[in-house]
Amino acid sequence: MRRGITATALVAALALAATACGSDNESDGTGKSSGELSGTVTWWDTSTAGSEDKVFKKIAEDFEKKHPKVDVKYVNVPFGDAQNKFKNAAQSGSDAPDVIRSEVAWTPEFADLGYLAPLDGTTALKNSDDFLKQAAASTKYKDKTYAVPQVIDSMGIFYNKKIFKEAGVEVPKTVDELKTVSKKIKDKTGKTGMYLRGDDAYWFLSFLYGEGGDMVDASTKSVTIDNPAGVKAMKVVKDLVDSGAAKTDATDGWENMQASFKDGKVAMMINGPWAVADTYAGKEFKDKANLGIAPVPAGSAAQGAPQGGHNLAVYAGSKNLDASYAFVDYMTSAETQAKVTKELSLLPTRTSAYARQDVVDNEIVGFFKPVVETAVERPWIPETGSLFAPLVTEYTKVLTGQATPEKATKTTGDSYRKLLKGWK
Amino acid sequence: MAVHTSQSVAKAADDDTVARGRSRGTGTPTPPGRLRRALSTHWYAWTMVAPVVVVIGVIIGYPLVRGIYLSMTDANERNVARSIGVNHLPATYEFVGLDNYTEALTGEQFLGTLGWTLVWTVSCVTITFCLGMALANILNRRIAGRSAYRMALILPWAIPGFVSVFAWRFLYNEDRGLLNKILSGGGIDGIPWLNDPTWAKFSVIAVNVWLGVPFMMVALLGGLQSIPSEHYEAAEMDGATAWQRFRHITLPGLRPVSTTVILLSTIWTFNMFPVIYLLTRGGPGEATQILVTQAYKFSFEISPRDFAQSSTWGVLILVLLLIFAAVYRRVLRTQGDDW
Repeated sequence: MRRGITATALVAALALAATACGSDNESDGTGKSSGELSGTVTWWDTSTAGSEDKVFKKIAEDFEKKHPKVDVKYVNVPFGDAQNKFKNAAQSGSDAPDVIRSEVAWTPEFADLGYLAPLDGTTALKNSDDFLKQAAASTKYKDKTYAVPQVIDSMGIFYNKKIFKEAGVEVPKTVDELKTVSKKIKDKTGKTGMYLRGDDAYWFLSFLYGEGGDMVDASTKSVTIDNPAGVKAMKVVKDLVDSGAAKTDATDGWENMQASFKDGKVAMMINGPWAVADTYAGKEFKDKANLGIAPVPAGSAAQGAPQGGHNLAVYAGSKNLDASYAFVDYMTSAETQAKVTKELSLLPTRTSAYARQDVVDNEIVGFFKPVVETAVERPWIPETGSLFAPLVTEYTKVLTGQATPEKATKTTGDSYRKLLKGWK
Repeated sequence: MAVHTSQSVAKAADDDTVARGRSRGTGTPTPPGRLRRALSTHWYAWTMVAPVVVVIGVIIGYPLVRGIYLSMTDANERNVARSIGVNHLPATYEFVGLDNYTEALTGEQFLGTLGWTLVWTVSCVTITFCLGMALANILNRRIAGRSAYRMALILPWAIPGFVSVFAWRFLYNEDRGLLNKILSGGGIDGIPWLNDPTWAKFSVIAVNVWLGVPFMMVALLGGLQSIPSEHYEAAEMDGATAWQRFRHITLPGLRPVSTTVILLSTIWTFNMFPVIYLLTRGGPGEATQILVTQAYKFSFEISPRDFAQSSTWGVLILVLLLIFAAVYRRVLRTQGDDW
């Protein structure tokens, strides 16, 4: 724990140094309106607490340097609670933030509910052609833009190189290889091969895509979770857990996953760029080179990881829209994105940011950029954010032996059809 | 919450009959003038209680009526009225009559959840009562350090519920929790406390018992101390064994206390939201989901939030508890208790 604090302090110090340099060179557009903007901007950030949050807080508060009359209030809301917390606040209108870090799947839902301010033609949306196409897709709803892409991500296998060397194994490329590799690791080192989150269905997606399945198919308006590929994918994850290749939990999955991977108790986990900073704080990864990242293992039909990311959106009921727009613009500028990449290895959403030296030099970004480009995009409909709740219940039931893969996918499919009226 | 509501309403109704009874005793029994007479006799009393009636009507009556109304609509997050900044959206939900109730009562989800809720309530109340009774009897004797024991046993009650539930969650953690560390120290494999459906059920009951015992113990201890010691002396003179004394003096003597605490404990346990929600969130899967946590889930966790279904479950919970309280009261009355 103490080591973690030192590491984060170091990161914070770096951030300080980086921002200090940054503001000196600052000379672009937002400066113009400086002096006019005032009031408070409350930002709900959902980044990983204990590692990412410190950097984002620092960067967010540096906005005050450009606009001295604006008071930025940084609030870190745990990612798992943020969707509901924002809905509560947004609906009642009390204590709602001005700016919310909205996960890609939440954005169309919030927009559909009328909680977000349209950003077309505001200062929040500058050089919108600069954004990566996949990143911008989730910000649009019914021909309007409701958010600005902040980071983009996908998933890969994080592995502990030391354990792999000890066991004499290579990174698995398929689920079958994953099983044999896990067994070898168990035999040689006594450690568990992989940690698979059992309390969040997002971690199930790459296995689902691997069998050629998907949750829904928006082009034909049909529910696909309960087709044979979906059943097969459930069988695959169940088999991974039953055979001991992977361990899982029905509660506290994130904490348990990070703790066991950071302490070297498991050799692999599936995760995304958002976990990198937290993982580096672990005792096994004091030497950053020990962390290896590879594409998610392929299933019997395909190989794929979900495309995710976060947007910044402005609450429609914000009392301080102008300052909020300017804040969103500042947080998503190529310069800020490069700074974030340098500290946290998160992937920028602006094409121009990828030309910056900090981004070019980042190995994690170098790995994830091609993964993101080929990642599976979900349909950005308001219901996309609602698809996980029914799935995770059944997913956990399968992993804990309370439901068969067939029954679980069927139940999930039924609730999807109830949700998506008129879909097959 | 709803339960407390119904109780205070019932109590208010009781007061009402008492008042009327009294007025009938003092005045003539002619029906037409009764109301006017009651008003003219008791107008002062009615004026005094009016503020309370209004406040109760606003803070209890309105939400209750509103909840019942919502349960007969198809209201959800996407069709209720919202007004956010520049966006004004009118309400578009419709009245659907009793459809939600038919759906809930014929679907397997409600009945399945109800089944586990009953198991949970009965086992929690039984175990808590037996343990509380045993501890109260032990602590009623003159033993060394009695007050220290009493303090220690009240401790779970003194800690805010969510704090102790979180503490238990850490203890139960499969890899890093203290319980499994102790087990592995003894060479036993770790137990998936919250990850296996059956163990999770056991774990949530254990925590609720731990939280509930102090209340039972204190209440029963109070009851024990109100039993006159002469009874025990007389029984001993007659040669009654310890079991006979317990069976024929302690149990009947505790009856007024135990019937009340069992009723209260049943209602509390039936609606024990924090233990389930904070320990397992109803998981793994839906293994430990009780009616209230599921109703909460409908209203706050799924999206779009289903306000109608959530209200339906809420009303059904209220009805179930009302039926239970009525039956319980009737059974007690036939057994000679003056309730």
